[in-house]
Amino acid sequence: METLLYLVFGLVALVGGVLVIVNRNPVYSALSLVLTMFAISALYILQQAYFVAAVQIVVYAGAIVVLFLFVIMLLNLGDESDLPASSGTRRFVGALLGVTFAGIVGAVVWEYASTAGPAVAAGTDIDHTKLLARVLFQNYLLPFEVVSLVLLAALVGVLALIRTHGRDLDSSEADNV
Amino acid sequence: MSTLLIQLVVALAKALFIILLVLTAVPLLVWAERRVSAWMQDRHGPNRVGPAGLLQPIADGIKFLTKEVLIPAHVDRKLYLAAPVILLVPSLMTGAIIPWSKPIPADSALGGLVSAIDWAPNGIPFQVAQINVGVLYFFAMASLAVYGIILAGWASNNKYTLLGGLRASAQVISYELSLGLAILSVLLIVGTLQLNTIVEWQSGGMWMVFAQPVTWFIFTIAALAETNRAPFDLAECEQELVGGYHTEYSGMTFATFFLAEYANMTMSAALNVCLFWGGYTFFGLEQILPWWITMGIFIGKVAAFLFLFLLIRWTFPRFRYDQLMRLGWKMLLPLALGNVVLTALGLAAHEMWAVPLWPALIVGQVALIGGVALVSVIRTKAGSASSAQSHARA
Repeated sequence: METLLYLVFGLVALVGGVLVIVNRNPVYSALSLVLTMFAISALYILQQAYFVAAVQIVVYAGAIVVLFLFVIMLLNLGDESDLPASSGTRRFVGALLGVTFAGIVGAVVWEYASTAGPAVAAGTDIDHTKLLARVLFQNYLLPFEVVSLVLLAALVGVLALIRTHGRDLDSSEADNV
Repeated sequence: MSTLLIQLVVALAKALFIILLVLTAVPLLVWAERRVSAWMQDRHGPNRVGPAGLLQPIADGIKFLTKEVLIPAHVDRKLYLAAPVILLVPSLMTGAIIPWSKPIPADSALGGLVSAIDWAPNGIPFQVAQINVGVLYFFAMASLAVYGIILAGWASNNKYTLLGGLRASAQVISYELSLGLAILSVLLIVGTLQLNTIVEWQSGGMWMVFAQPVTWFIFTIAALAETNRAPFDLAECEQELVGGYHTEYSGMTFATFFLAEYANMTMSAALNVCLFWGGYTFFGLEQILPWWITMGIFIGKVAAFLFLFLLIRWTFPRFRYDQLMRLGWKMLLPLALGNVVLTALGLAAHEMWAVPLWPALIVGQVALIGGVALVSVIRTKAGSASSAQSHARA
């Protein structure tokens, strides 16, 4: 039963991923991405990682793809054919990145394919959220804080870019007050 | 019958009951909305069909069903038809984790019917899914509802509907943060994500709202914004956007949007009651009362909340978009952040220095209110000073 569900959701995730690339319409691409997120979330549930599954939907489906859609609609991208044609360099870089990513994924699969994963304790009584929090905030506190600093730096960087290239935010805001 | 099959049937029965309950509540809510608005504006409202106009929503429903579903020529057909469903389904799914009553005792007639004593000796929880990420699941489903609005706006291929959809998406993302932070304080105190445990924690009248009034305030405002309910209904702002995201819809597809809006409201109110107003508990009385009366208590609390939502809608004018964003990002979010910090400090004081829990929490809340008052006083003074300066210059 579990294997069957794994295969079904894995297939859905893959099909969604392919549809993201194949669809000519960016809105449909974004929706295919949501489909993939759901399938991945279902895979997490099969691994009894309920917290990760819920967060996957809250963060990716609930916020990030909504932002994607927001941008797509704000720029009114109707069809991919309206976009500038992809140049040779872009294709080359894309292919390079694709091969690199495939290599990384392949290496990880190669490394762990033969070894059995950590045993998942049976029963649903374990509070995985607590477990995860303990690992995250005790064992890996420093990396966690570093990651949040990196994100903060990205945020500040975006603000700096808006300030220099956009209109003066302060004056427009002063009008509203 | 095997136990697994019985459990499945029981779960399906609970799910069906909840869906029927919510879908029955919707016509009543539509009626209440119209009657309450009439009452607040000194009108009569619908009072012709049935006693006190109670059958009016049924007449409306028949009218919706028999009307032609007109599909404009320029729309994206697939998404146009899918959007109302995408809006409705997550809001019904959120009902799965809400404990609608106390567990049905295993030795009661109903429990005996499904031989519950074998597989649920502590009673059958009236909750479709008792998953250990409870509140987070609610949050995940609620955050999906916005897709229905965005897609409706986009698929209609109309400037006004698109603007409505865009507004909804930015609004929901902005208020989701405050909503999550408000829930976080509750989770910190109870120490679990399971909604039934949160409700049990509050039994005996120790309702969360008494310890966390500011959190409740933040949560209620953010939840109103999440459900696109007035005064946060900018996605369907009639004066600017014709009808907003559902301008191009007619007949039953249009009615589905309303169904979803009221279903959303009901679920939001139900979560509010569970988190802050003790769910099905009532000052310890729930220990002795039979389970179906505790369900009545729960539904009564939800109804009171829905009435509050109606009062709010017909009292406050709609926000302007910049006001909406300022409220969300500059007031609600800092308040929610401060609230989480102070609540965490209160809990730390409780655990480290054995300060009683409730005073520790209440001191935090009072400090927060004091801080907000202080900031607003300083701001008003600075504002009046600067305006006086500019007047002097003029």
